[in-house]
Amino acid sequence: MAILKEHDLGTGESTSETIVHVEIDGIGINVAAGTSVMRAAALGGIDVPKLCATDRLKAFGSCRLCLVEIKGVRGTPASCTTPVTDGMRIFTQTPRLEKLRRAVMELYISDHPLDCLTCAANGDCELQDMAGTVGLRDVRYGYAGENHLDSSVDESNPYFSFDPSKCIVCSRCVRACEETQGTFALTIAGRGFGSRVATDGKSFFDSECVSCGACVQACPTATLEEKSVISLGVPSRSVITTCGYCGVGCSFKAELRGDEVVRMVPFKDGGANEGHSCVKGRFAWGYATHKDRVLNPMIREAFTDPWREVSWNEAISYAAMRLKDIQGRHGVASIGAITSSRCTDEEVYTVQKMVRTAFGNNNTDTCARVCHSPTGYGLSQAFGTSAGTQDFRSVDYADVILLIGANPTDAHPVFASRMKRRIRNGAKLIVADPRRIDLVRTPHVKAAHHLQMHPGTNVALMNALAHVVVTEGLVNEPFVAERCETESFTIWAEFVARPGNSPETLAPITGVPAEEVRAAARLYASGPNSAIYYGLGVTEHSQGSTMVMALANLAMATGNLGRDGVGVNPLRGQNNVQGSCDMGSFPHEFPGYRHVSDNAVRAIFEQEWGRTLDSEPGLRIPNMFDAAVDGDFKGLFVQGEDIAQSDPNSKHVAAALSSLELLVVQDLFINQTAAFAHVFLPGTSFLEKDGTFINAERRINRVRPAIRARSGKHEWQAVCELATAMGYPMHYDSSSQILDEIARTTPTFSGVSFELLDKVGSVQWPCNEKAPLGTPVMHVGTFVRGKGYFAETPFVGTPERANRRFPLILTTGRILSQYNVGVQTRRTENLRWHDEDVLDIHPFDAEERGISDGSLVAVTSRVGRTSLHVHITDRVPQGVVYTTFHFPGDATNMVTTEYSDWATNCPEYKVTAVEVSPKSAKETNSDADYARNFGHSESLMADSIVRMANQLADIFGYLGEKEGATRIENHIRKFWSPAMRDELVKVAARDRALLAPMSIVAAGKVASL
Amino acid sequence: MATVFVSMDSSARSVGADDVADAIRRAAEVRDLSVTIVRNGSRGMLWLEPLVEVETERGRVAYGPVTIQDVETLVDEGLFVGADHRLSLGSTEEIPWLARQTRYSFELVGLIDPLSPEDYEAHGGLSGLRKAITMQPAEIVELVTESGLRGRGGAGFPTGIKWETVLAAPTEDVKFVCANADEGDSGTFADRMLMEGNPFGLIEGMVIAGLATGATEGFVYVRSEYPDAIATMRTAIGVAHLRGWLGLNILGSHERFELSVRVGAGSYICGEETAMLESLEGRRGMVRAKPPLPAHAGLFERPTVINNVLTLASVPRIVADGPSVYRSFGVGRSRGTQVFQIGGNVARGGVVELPFGVTLGTLVNDFGGGTRSGRPIRAVQVGGPLGAYLPVAAFDVPMDYESFAAIDAMVGHGGVVVFDETVDMARQARFAMEFCAEESCGKCTPCRVGAVRGVEVIDRIIAGDHREANLVLLEDLCDLMASGSLCAMGSLTPMPVRSALTHFGNDFHRLPAALRSDASEPRSR
Repeated sequence: MAILKEHDLGTGESTSETIVHVEIDGIGINVAAGTSVMRAAALGGIDVPKLCATDRLKAFGSCRLCLVEIKGVRGTPASCTTPVTDGMRIFTQTPRLEKLRRAVMELYISDHPLDCLTCAANGDCELQDMAGTVGLRDVRYGYAGENHLDSSVDESNPYFSFDPSKCIVCSRCVRACEETQGTFALTIAGRGFGSRVATDGKSFFDSECVSCGACVQACPTATLEEKSVISLGVPSRSVITTCGYCGVGCSFKAELRGDEVVRMVPFKDGGANEGHSCVKGRFAWGYATHKDRVLNPMIREAFTDPWREVSWNEAISYAAMRLKDIQGRHGVASIGAITSSRCTDEEVYTVQKMVRTAFGNNNTDTCARVCHSPTGYGLSQAFGTSAGTQDFRSVDYADVILLIGANPTDAHPVFASRMKRRIRNGAKLIVADPRRIDLVRTPHVKAAHHLQMHPGTNVALMNALAHVVVTEGLVNEPFVAERCETESFTIWAEFVARPGNSPETLAPITGVPAEEVRAAARLYASGPNSAIYYGLGVTEHSQGSTMVMALANLAMATGNLGRDGVGVNPLRGQNNVQGSCDMGSFPHEFPGYRHVSDNAVRAIFEQEWGRTLDSEPGLRIPNMFDAAVDGDFKGLFVQGEDIAQSDPNSKHVAAALSSLELLVVQDLFINQTAAFAHVFLPGTSFLEKDGTFINAERRINRVRPAIRARSGKHEWQAVCELATAMGYPMHYDSSSQILDEIARTTPTFSGVSFELLDKVGSVQWPCNEKAPLGTPVMHVGTFVRGKGYFAETPFVGTPERANRRFPLILTTGRILSQYNVGVQTRRTENLRWHDEDVLDIHPFDAEERGISDGSLVAVTSRVGRTSLHVHITDRVPQGVVYTTFHFPGDATNMVTTEYSDWATNCPEYKVTAVEVSPKSAKETNSDADYARNFGHSESLMADSIVRMANQLADIFGYLGEKEGATRIENHIRKFWSPAMRDELVKVAARDRALLAPMSIVAAGKVASL
Repeated sequence: MATVFVSMDSSARSVGADDVADAIRRAAEVRDLSVTIVRNGSRGMLWLEPLVEVETERGRVAYGPVTIQDVETLVDEGLFVGADHRLSLGSTEEIPWLARQTRYSFELVGLIDPLSPEDYEAHGGLSGLRKAITMQPAEIVELVTESGLRGRGGAGFPTGIKWETVLAAPTEDVKFVCANADEGDSGTFADRMLMEGNPFGLIEGMVIAGLATGATEGFVYVRSEYPDAIATMRTAIGVAHLRGWLGLNILGSHERFELSVRVGAGSYICGEETAMLESLEGRRGMVRAKPPLPAHAGLFERPTVINNVLTLASVPRIVADGPSVYRSFGVGRSRGTQVFQIGGNVARGGVVELPFGVTLGTLVNDFGGGTRSGRPIRAVQVGGPLGAYLPVAAFDVPMDYESFAAIDAMVGHGGVVVFDETVDMARQARFAMEFCAEESCGKCTPCRVGAVRGVEVIDRIIAGDHREANLVLLEDLCDLMASGSLCAMGSLTPMPVRSALTHFGNDFHRLPAALRSDASEPRSR
C-alpha cells in the first residue's frame, strides 16, 4: 500500500441542511449553505492553494494564498473564510490570482531556509508543494533582508523537534493545541514580523504541552517534525490500524518505510478519534522493537530454573503434555486461562474456546475482572446490555456532563479533548471525585460542581443525588412510565426518597455538602441532555456493581437515555476491554454474554465446536488464586496480562502463582508474572496483530498488521496449536475466519466481518440484520431488556476503613504518560515525564508526619508495604493519598487488599487504609520477595468464600432473611463455580459461626440442589 | 462672582493649563475675589491653549494663549469682568475660526463642565435619550438610517444599517455596544477631546444604540495613551449610574444598559474592530477574518455594535433633532458633519467640524493658516498614517467619502497632517511601511512579511540600488498588500506609498544618499 495522503478540504463541514448551487471555474456543484468556497471547490475537485487552512481547524484566513475572485464581489476574498451563497460564480484560477499567489509565496520564501533537499520534510511539505503549485520562480526580495533563519531549534521533546527558522507563522499548531487538544500550551508571542510560536517562555518539554502531537500533525512545514522522520526519512507506505493503548480506540495510519514504522499518525476518518491522538498512541510505540522483546519460545522445569529457548513445536507440546498431565492427576477443573484485554477479539475468542473445548471446563476469566466487570453486571441488570450506551460523538450534544471516578485528561486523553471542546462550547460539568482532577479547573474549563466525596462512599452520594431528583419532582415521569418497569421504579423511588438518603443525612458520610449535592442533582436533571461518564473510580469498589446500577437509575429516572447527548458511558481502561468481555472470556458466559447454563446457547456452540460443553460456571481470577494456594488449581495459561503486578494483594498473587505446577505466559516481555512461568510463548505487538479491537463505545475497529509477527506466530495460531496438541483440533486459515465464527454464533455480531470493516471503517455492535451498519446509540425507543430495571441500591460501607493504625485512605489511578502496568510505556521515552510511581499526599497529612516533598516514605496497609517518593499537593484532600501502579519496583499492589465488588469480585483498588511514614532507603520489592514474604494459611478458598458470602449478606440484608437468602442463592448459582458452592456448603456445616445467618440459609438452599 | 473657564483637555494641560488655572485661583484669593473656575473641555483652537474664558453679560470672552506669567496682569486688568487685554480674543463664539464651523457632535465640547450632569442637561443633554426611550427599537434605527450618519472611524459604513443588522440578529442572552476609542491614527485626537470634553454625550449615544439594537452591555475601549480620557469616562459612567442614566432602570423605565471602560495595551491594531474584540475578550490583539461580521458574532460571539466615538456621540442630537437636520448637512452620500483634526506643520492646529464637502485647501489654508514654518505647503496626509499624501493640486477636491475615493485617498477619521516643502516623500513612503511593520498584528502574510520587505525595497530605491526593478517590485508588493491583506491595516498601507509615488515621484529618483550631502540616517529598529 502506498502512503495514504488524506484529502484536506481546507475547512470543516457545514451543518446546514439547505443546499445551494454554485459555479466554480465553470463547474456547477451543490453544497450545504455555509460551506466555505474553499471546501466547495475541493468537493468539486478543485484544490485552491492554501497553507493556513486545514479541515481539522476553524478557518483562520491568514496565509492569503487561497484568494479567489467572485462575480459581483469586490476584490479577492479568501476562499477559506468566505461562505458560498446560492448562485455564486467563483473563479479560482485567473491571471490576477496567479500573480497575487506568487507574490505571497515570494514573501514566504524570502524568510525561509533554502535547504529543501536536505530538509526532513522534503516531499512532505505543504510550503514546498505550494511553491510549486503557484509557479514561484524567483524571490526578488533576495535573502539578505530581515529573517528568522538563525533561530535555534528546540529539541527538548523526546519525540519531535521545533525549528522556528522554518516556521511560516500559520498558527496551525497554536490552533490545534487550542481547538483539537484543548491544552492551550502554545501561543503566538510578539507582533508583526516578530510574531513567533511560543510556549510561554519555556522549552516544549517544560511547558504545558502534553505531547499529543496535534501541533506536529498540523504543521505544514518541517518546523514541528517527528524526530523519527528526521532520523529515518519520509515514510512511503501507510497501514490503517488501531492503537493498542486505552479504550478510546484511536485509528492510526502506521506510516512505514519498508518494514520499519516511521511514525504513527492519527487517522482523520477514525470513528473514535477523528484525527486526534495522545502522547501514547502517537509516539510511545517504540516498545514494539525494544530489545527486551522476547521473540522465541522458552521453557523450564521450575520457575527457579533458567529459561531455555526452544522451538514453537517443543514449547507447545511441552505445555500440552504438562497441562494434560495435571488434569489427569488433579481433575478437569484444575487448569484454566486468563485472556487479555490488550489482545484482539480473535485472540481472546480462541483462548476461551480452548478452555471450553480442549480444557473441558469454564475456567476462563479476563483482566476486565479487575476493572470493568461491574459495568457489565450493572448495565446488563438495568438495560439488558453489558456495554456503554453511546458513541463518543454523542458528547457533542450533551448539555450537562456528570463525570464520576474518571480522569479522562490522563487516562482517556483523546476523548477528554472532545469533552473539553464541548464544555468550552457551553456544556456544564459536574465532577465527582475525591481528587481535584485536571478537569475541575483547566484552561477554559471549569466544573460547575466538584463533589469531593470520601473514597468508598460513591453509592451514598448517588443515593443522595437520586433523593433530590425524586423528592424535588425532577423525575421524567413520561420517560419512566413509557420506558421503565413501574414496579421496580416505585420501589426504588420509595427507597431513595427516605430521609436516610437525603443529602443532609448523608453529608457526614460522603463529606459532600448537601447544598452542593442538591445543586448538582438539579443541574443534572435539568439537562436537557445529561450524560454520565465514568471510570474505574466507580467500578473498583466493594459496591462497584451497585454503583453502576445507581448511575443507570439516575439516568433512567431523568430520561437521559436513548438519544444523542445522554447515556451511561463507561470509559474503558484498555484497548479491548469491551471486546474481551464480548468474546466470552468470563467463566459464566459464552460470547455475547449468554450464560453457560442456557441449553439453547450451549447447543449453538456444541454444534459449532463439536464438543459437549460444561454447563457450570468456572473460576474467576481471584478464586483461581485461592484454589491454587489451596492446591486445587494447578495449571494456568495467561495471555498478555501481568497479573503479578496488576492484581491486588501482590503477596497473595505471588503465592498462588508459585503454587502452580504449570504457568504458561504469552507476552511480549518477561513481565512480573513470567517470573513464575514454566512456558513462555512470545506474543505480538499491536503493530503485528491482525484482527479487531472493540473500544468503549462498542466500536469494532480493524487492527491490521503494519509489520510481520516478529515472533513468527500470532497468538491465535499458538493457541490453536496448543488446543490441538491437547487433543482438540482447532485451526483457522486466517483471523478473518475467527471473526466469521464469532458472527455465526453471536447475534450481536452477526453482521460483522473483515470485509464489512474494510469497507465502512468501523461499526458499533449490535451489528446484524436489524442494524447492518451497527448501532451508535443504544436503547433508542426501548431497552434491550424491554423495560428499564431500577435496582435498589442501599449503601453498604466497605469494611476497609481508616482507623488508628491505618488512618489514611490510598486510592490509585493513572497518569498521562504511562499506561497500566507500564510494560509498554516504561520501554519508551515516556519515562522522561514519569519514571516512578509517586505518592500524592495533602500538605497537612505530610506535615503531621514530618514528611517533606520528594522524600521517601513507607506506605503500609494491613496486607503489605511498599515505599514511594511523595509529592505534597492539595489535589488530594486531607486523609487521602494517591498513587499510580505503573512501575513494578514501586509495587503499589503490595498494599491493596483482597476486598472486592460483591457481585463481580472486581478488586477494591480505590480504597485501602494505609499509614505513611518517613523512610530513609528505598526497598525494592523484587519478585522473589513476593514468594518469600508470603505465609500460607489453611484454606484460602474457604476464607474467601466466607468473606464473599458475608458480603452478599450485607448487600442483600435490606431485603430480610428470606428474600435475601433467595437473592444470594440465585447469585451464587449464576456466578460461582461448583467447587466454590461446595466450599460454602462445607463451611456452613463445619463452622456456622463464621457465616451470617442469611448466608447459612442460602448455603442450605444450594446444598439441597 | 466670576466664572472662569480653563480647559482640562490634555492638549491644554500639556501647555500649562493646570498651572494657569492654579495661578488664577491664587490671584483671586490674594485679591479676595470670589471666582469659580470651571475646567471645561477644549474649544479645539489648540494654538490658543491655554485658553481662558470668562462668563460675561456678552457671553463668554476669551484670552489666549495664557501663560502663568500673564495671569497677574490679566487679573489686574479685569479678567473677571471680561476687560480688554493684550491676549483678549473677544467673544469666544465670534472668533472666526470657531464661528465658521458647524459644531454638531462637538457642540458641547468646551462649552460645558464635562463631569457636571446638571450642566449637560442644561445644555440640552439627555433630550435624545428621553426621546429614544419612548420609541420602538426599529424606529430609532430608522431615524439614524434616515439621518445618513456613517461610521466616523474611517470606513464610513452606514450606522443605521449596522444597527439594523444587530437588532435583527438573534441571541440567547446578550448583545453588546462597543465604542472604539482606540484612536491610534497619528494626527487625530477628536475622540480623545470628545471623551474629555463631553463624556456624557458618548454615554448617551451608547445607551441609545443599546435601546435601538437590544444590546444591554457596553464597553468603551480606550487606548492606554489616553489616561485623562480614561479617568473622565470612568467618572462620568459612575455619575451616570447614580443619575439613573445607566443601569437597570434607565430614566425610570424598564430598559437597562451596563457600561464600562476597557483600556488597551499599546497596540495600534486594536483599533481595528475585530482585533479590538479579541483584546476586549482578554486575548492578544489579532485581527479576525470576516465573516462573521461583528454585528452577527462579535464580542464573545454575540451580536455587537461597534462604532467610533464620534459616531456614537453624534447620535443623541440626531435623535433629538430628528433625522432631517443632520441630513441637511453634507454633500452626495456623505451626510452630516465631519470633525477634522488639523495638525502637523500648521500655523493653527485644532478641531474643525464642518459639513462634508469643504475643500482641503479651505481647511489647511483658511483654518490652518498655512505652515507653522512659513514655508510653502508641499503635501497633506489626510485620514491618518494609512491615508494618502495629497499635493496642493488636490486642494480643491471636496472632502467627502466619494470624492476622496475617486482620487485614491480617504477622509478616514478626519486627520489632516500638513508638511512643508522640506519633506522627503520617499522617506514618508518608507515610514508608511515601517509603521505597518511596527504595528502589524502578524497574522496575515502580506502585512507581516510584506511591510518589512516594503521598508527594505524602499531603502534600496532610495539608495539607488536597482531602482527601476525595485520600483516594479514595490508596486507588486503594494498590489498584494492592497488586495491580499486580511484587514485595513495591510490593505491601506499602500495608499500613502502609492500616493507618494504618484504625486511626488521625483523624490524616488533623487541622487542616492551616498552621493548627497544630506545623507539619510540608516534605518534603525
